[in-house]
Amino acid sequence: MLKQRQTFRSLWVALIFFGVSSAAWAQLEITVSGGQESARPIAVVPFAKPGSIEADVASIIEANLSRTGLFETMSRDSMLERPTDIANFNSSNWRAVRMENVVIGQLKLDPATGNVGARFWLVDTLLNEQLLGFDMPPVPPSQVRYLAHQISDLIFEKLTGIPGAFNTRLAYVAAQGLGFERRFQLIVSDADGYNPRTIATSREPIMSPAWSPDRARLAYVGYERGRSAIYMHELRTGQVKTLVSERGINGSPAWSPDGTKLAVTLSFETNPDIYVIDIATGRRNRLTKHFGIDTEPAWSPDRREIVFTSDRGGNPHIYRVPVSGGEPERLTFQGRQNLRASYSPDGRDLVLINLDSGAYRVATFNLSSKRMNLLTEGRLDESPSFAPNGAVIIYATQRGNSAELGTVSTDGRIKSRLRQTGDVREPAWSPLSP
Amino acid sequence: MNFPSLRLCAVLLVVGGLSACASGGSKDAIDRSPSPAAERPATRPLQDFSGRDANSLSAAEQARVEMEAALARNIVYFEYDQDTLTSEGASTVRAFADYLLSNPAARVRLEGHADERGTREYNLALAERRSRAVEAALTRAGVTSAQITSLSYGEERPTCAESTESCWSQNRRVEIIRL
Repeated sequence: MLKQRQTFRSLWVALIFFGVSSAAWAQLEITVSGGQESARPIAVVPFAKPGSIEADVASIIEANLSRTGLFETMSRDSMLERPTDIANFNSSNWRAVRMENVVIGQLKLDPATGNVGARFWLVDTLLNEQLLGFDMPPVPPSQVRYLAHQISDLIFEKLTGIPGAFNTRLAYVAAQGLGFERRFQLIVSDADGYNPRTIATSREPIMSPAWSPDRARLAYVGYERGRSAIYMHELRTGQVKTLVSERGINGSPAWSPDGTKLAVTLSFETNPDIYVIDIATGRRNRLTKHFGIDTEPAWSPDRREIVFTSDRGGNPHIYRVPVSGGEPERLTFQGRQNLRASYSPDGRDLVLINLDSGAYRVATFNLSSKRMNLLTEGRLDESPSFAPNGAVIIYATQRGNSAELGTVSTDGRIKSRLRQTGDVREPAWSPLSP
Repeated sequence: MNFPSLRLCAVLLVVGGLSACASGGSKDAIDRSPSPAAERPATRPLQDFSGRDANSLSAAEQARVEMEAALARNIVYFEYDQDTLTSEGASTVRAFADYLLSNPAARVRLEGHADERGTREYNLALAERRSRAVEAALTRAGVTSAQITSLSYGEERPTCAESTESCWSQNRRVEIIRL
């Protein structure tokens, strides 16, 4: 008999729906390479469901888990039985085929509302113990993928101790064509590449998308009437506001962790310097004053410091300055250049672009040991940032003459590629749901 | 001070090998110099904009044709990670300085570009530095800053999409756009 340490709990998590929806390009196609030798075997048994529900929740969970490289999923053909209820579950049958963890479950249709609910269990067959058992609140049929992502998050966190980031979004920029034919799109998709939606389209460049901490807004750089500007796009309503459009550069928007301020690069006073803008009041505070280039600001998670790229020492390197002001301190010395740093969620590391021997690569830089750790082998990698759970880093890379997105685990061992037709770049991973 | 027209002469010599400068390099050389057709070399029409032989043009028209020819070359190229003008770039800028000086109502936009190496926002700053170098050369030549606006595109608008040096060298540029 299975030990049931946990009783059923209901999980009420607000799903964020975007009000904006329009036809976008083909969705990102994701492939994984590398993988860990110690990947944990897990079986995700197809969920029982009424015939009227099409979604295959188990296969979405399976894809999520295997994409992390931390799990090796069992093929359905190899499953000798397909239990869908804990009452009929036999741990020893799965132990016999070396399946340490098994996920089983059921989908239920609420006939009154047409909504889909789920009940699932995660079992440790070695301990013969139920690790998780949840009744998930019903969602409209169009939202069943998000239900599967929530289940994936719960399983991933239970087994790894790391919060899952499956129920998150990606923002990225796609570009196609040269010269007058060139078109730019700002796209938001699910973290697994599904449901791409075009948020903005322009003949002029779109750059540097950045999520507000509450995931409700995207700040980005655009061009209009011969000027650049930093825009704020409210995702629910599609409303766009111009935050700043000075002469010269209006670039590198970076949200403060509390969502009240943006650090930006402006060049209208003399040359590119870092400014902090209070979003509510519009009040500006100039943080750096130097004749060199200062750009690419990023906030520390504790809101006290900002790192940025500066060539004040000759070549571009990473500097750190208190948000309250003060003399910037140079952080990086290894390699010819270091650019576009941002913090890990725990604030202990930076991820940045390191130039050495002619190759621009993704590296992490530990703030206490000052050690640089190269993670990628590209020649033109850029725009790295940590996933909101800190488990992987997403970045843009080149393949032939086109650009695509990649992820790499923080130990450099597991890589994935996210590609679609046309150039895709400047990935920004949304925060976890609030 | 006939600084500007001397520069024009230099440009004309480079571009067409013509002798419009022979009239003495006065400020009027651009529009009104009564340089007789006979004194000009008999050959090498520059570019037949009007459908007539260049030799049959009036001096003023001739100068305009020559200036247009010089202005057709409106892209200033830069070395890797550099914002200093090459001698070729400087001659392109001189042609535009002369054009702006002789046409005070004329305006240009300087669009700065970088190659794809390096990060996008840093390249935005680097490309702005290049358009500022061109702007500085124009204002040194006497052009008023009201005639000039600048816009940096960084690496966002390449003219060539391959990851090779020959392609990168075409993308590191400032385009001088007449408004």
